[in-house]
Amino acid sequence: MIVEIGHYALVLALALAIVQGVVPLAGALRRDVALMAMARPAAVMQFLLVGISFGALTYAYVVSDFSVVNVFENSHSLKPLVYKFSGVWGNHEGSMLLWVLILALFGATVAVFSHGMPDDLRALVLAVQSWIAAAFLFFVLLTSNPFARLIPAPLEGRDLNPLLQDPGLAIHPPLLYVGYVGFSITFSFAAAALISGRIDAAWARYVRPWTLAAWIFLTLGIAMGSYWAYYTLGWGGFWFWDPVENASLMPWLAGTALLHSAAVMEKRDALKIWTIFLAILAFSLSLLGTFLVRSGVLTSVHSFATDPQRGVFILAILVFFIGGSLALFAFRASALKPGGIFAPVSREGALVLNNLLLTTCCATVFVGTLYPLALEAMTGEKISVGAPFFNLTFGPLFIPIILAMPIGQMLAWKRGDFFGAAQRLVLATAIGAGGALVLYALRGGPVAAPLLSGLALYLIIGSFVEIAGRIGGRGKSLSVIIARAIGLPRSAWGTAFAHAGIGLTLFGLAATGWGVERVITARVGEPIAVGPYEVSIRSLEPRLGSNYQELVAHTSISEGGAVLAEIDPSRRSFTTRSMVRTEAGIATIGMGQVYMNLADVRADGTLDLRLYWKPYVALIWIGALIMALGGFLSLSDRRLRIGIAKRAAARASVSGQAQAAE
Amino acid sequence: MVWAVFALMTGAVVLAVLWPLGGARAVGAHAPDVSFYRSQIEEIDRDLALGLLTPADAEAARSEAARRLLRASDAPSAPMSVSRTGIRLGALAALLLIPAITLSLYGFLGNPELPDQPLKGRQPERQGQFEVETAVSKIEAHLAANPNDGRGWDILAPVYMRLGRYEDAARAFGNAARVLGETPERLTAQGEALVYGAREQVSPQARANFEKVLQLNTGDPVASFYIALSREQSGDRAGALADFMALAGGTPIDAPWQPAVRARILALGGTPPEAQAGPKGEVADAVRAMPTGEQRATIRSMVDSLAARLEQNGNDVEGWLRLLRSYVVLQEPDLARAALMRAQKALAEDADALRRLEALAAELGLKG
Repeated sequence: MIVEIGHYALVLALALAIVQGVVPLAGALRRDVALMAMARPAAVMQFLLVGISFGALTYAYVVSDFSVVNVFENSHSLKPLVYKFSGVWGNHEGSMLLWVLILALFGATVAVFSHGMPDDLRALVLAVQSWIAAAFLFFVLLTSNPFARLIPAPLEGRDLNPLLQDPGLAIHPPLLYVGYVGFSITFSFAAAALISGRIDAAWARYVRPWTLAAWIFLTLGIAMGSYWAYYTLGWGGFWFWDPVENASLMPWLAGTALLHSAAVMEKRDALKIWTIFLAILAFSLSLLGTFLVRSGVLTSVHSFATDPQRGVFILAILVFFIGGSLALFAFRASALKPGGIFAPVSREGALVLNNLLLTTCCATVFVGTLYPLALEAMTGEKISVGAPFFNLTFGPLFIPIILAMPIGQMLAWKRGDFFGAAQRLVLATAIGAGGALVLYALRGGPVAAPLLSGLALYLIIGSFVEIAGRIGGRGKSLSVIIARAIGLPRSAWGTAFAHAGIGLTLFGLAATGWGVERVITARVGEPIAVGPYEVSIRSLEPRLGSNYQELVAHTSISEGGAVLAEIDPSRRSFTTRSMVRTEAGIATIGMGQVYMNLADVRADGTLDLRLYWKPYVALIWIGALIMALGGFLSLSDRRLRIGIAKRAAARASVSGQAQAAE
Repeated sequence: MVWAVFALMTGAVVLAVLWPLGGARAVGAHAPDVSFYRSQIEEIDRDLALGLLTPADAEAARSEAARRLLRASDAPSAPMSVSRTGIRLGALAALLLIPAITLSLYGFLGNPELPDQPLKGRQPERQGQFEVETAVSKIEAHLAANPNDGRGWDILAPVYMRLGRYEDAARAFGNAARVLGETPERLTAQGEALVYGAREQVSPQARANFEKVLQLNTGDPVASFYIALSREQSGDRAGALADFMALAGGTPIDAPWQPAVRARILALGGTPPEAQAGPKGEVADAVRAMPTGEQRATIRSMVDSLAARLEQNGNDVEGWLRLLRSYVVLQEPDLARAALMRAQKALAEDADALRRLEALAAELGLKG
């Protein structure tokens, strides 16, 4: 009965979503308070219903109810409990249910935490959000119903793909989805702004926490996914420019641009059209990613034919929401009044530059991801666009972003002093350049490695220069400095940490140039040199897991005779799906990692090994955590700030300044 | 019981959305915006006090914020109101739309009468399954060590089929063929496993299997059936229809595949030969409209009639063999075993027939 209650709740959620999409919208257009007020309880109720539904499916997984097709196809009675939980979203139907759950979650949070928001804006936001929810609920119920039943029920399930039987599955998809789907709410805000014509600084303020939240989770989700790929796939790689990864990177780039342009809109009432456009773009890219991953277009253009229903359905959703919002956009954009005016060299100018570069990055990834698909669809020719393309295009675009980041923090709103800002960055520049030289002298390696690490050092130091200037100063006592540091808006700290996080990630990426890779055949007891360390397999041990058998290689890592760490890389055979998965052994020493993968075990007792020494590699993900921390700091800043125009005593004549004299 | 829960849920939802209709009051439209700009101005004073702003900067920022505040409070806007018609329409939408949409869609999709079937409550069923699985994992372990034991693969493959592990079955049949050689039986069985594993789609690999079978064994009905099916799936409806017609006409009317062939012919818009045996008119339309599950049910009823005929006249070894295969294909191992025992009894005098039964039973994994 519980399963059917979950099914019924899902259908009920759809009906409610339709009503929530229509009534508050009508209320906002008729300016009728009663109809608008329906949005809030409806949004909360919708979340509860989808939650019940999700809970029911989880229950079916936990008790191994194989009368549910989805459970039969993706679970097994012997599967460890944690994977019975996470297996709920380890498949198409369940993950779409999670998608809908998060859509509803964002609607409900807006309904609950929006006291300061105008009624009509809230009603419209929740109505648009509900349209999205209704579209996806339809999709789930009609093409991917997780509650489809199977009678007679089989006695055993087909088990979850072993690659997914990993703690990563419990963490990565929910984080990523909260990020991905989180941009639905900024989209709803944008559509609401366009419908109501309420496109102003206050709007930017209301939308900000949700953009930030989505961005934080997307950052964490992508980082977690990359770490998962790194330790699971056995190649020691963490980013493959795989279309599925790109599908998550594109919304991240657009979302990052949105975050910055929304700041300009909030403080200076400028960049309004652009901000709205980015809000639409970020979610459109999320939808595009979903379409690419779910329709089967990605693996092959032909697999589209195996389930055309799903692909066409998502395509229809895509066209409706992107087309609809862009039409609204075209209709309203001309009526927008230009807002605050600023000189090219100013905080706003720097943020415009950031936006231009980020969207260009995004376009590059877009082309690199979709061009091969389009080419194959039209000519049948298969090409693969991989790391070389992205390194050549994405890399050069990102370097100016990084150079400009600390400068932008230093510039004042409205009219900035570029040379003043540059002067204050002398220290950071010196540390960056010096660091690059020292690292080159110590480690050598490809030129890119020390150069990029130097750039990273410049960014990390530069991120805090502005804050140091605001709280420090000659002759200030420590207590004053601390008091000022606490008094500083959290968003300033947030910016500094997020930027420094990028610096850390960049440092980790640059350091891959110093890494060591060895692919060798070895015997038990034979010492192998990897970078500064010596690795040796002490013994092999077969072990029995709950639904797999594994061969573990007990291995120790030592330096100069002293054992530093022990790792247990293994090969696991999963019987139900007759698949083998390797489990890499990873030891973190300092910020670097020794990575060992058991590629094959030969009949003569020798082992094929992949061994890596990756200095500073952990910084890649620590950097992402720091970025997210910056986001949280910023999110916790409840206070509102307004742009300050630095009064320039002497005015150099810059183009566009004629208007700036307002 | 379940409907009571559904009714409660629906009621709660309708009530929740009706609730605010009652208590709504008209308010000024722009209050939140005005307070937003006001708080921006207060913020400037606080910064000034903290020493984060020079007085000149604060002055400039304050005047800018004040301009926006003025704009926000002056902006003309229609007043918000509460209207009786509005409330009525809203209430109507909630009261009618929500139950109507839910009931019609759930009525279409749901299975309200189906209880949960948690594995714990299915011990008796599991017992038998458990024994099979222990046996399977023993054989698996044995084969992992001796991958060239062809007979072992031959035994394991049909068991996989029965357990619904079609990919494994296809692999096992392939291994048996690798070690013991490709026979029409192994090729056909592997082909069928591939088809079942691909949700009834005939993949190129499966098709290649059936083509090989036809080379070895011209006119093999099962292979012909799947070749025709693959034609249909690749869009050659006319060719598929011709193939199915030939198959229907060229094999005995009571052959176990006849119902499936006829169903395909009907689905392709043809009329099966010897029309008196096939469903006609309204019945034909009904079969054509049947989902795959019901087509299966029809097939099952045909198999049942074969069983009934053999019950009356058991001296038909071909009939028994067909019946055993049909039961295994329908995944009814228990019925197959029972039929095997009846067949052995009915054919007790015929040594050759018994040998053939034994051989088939081994191939289908009905022994042990």
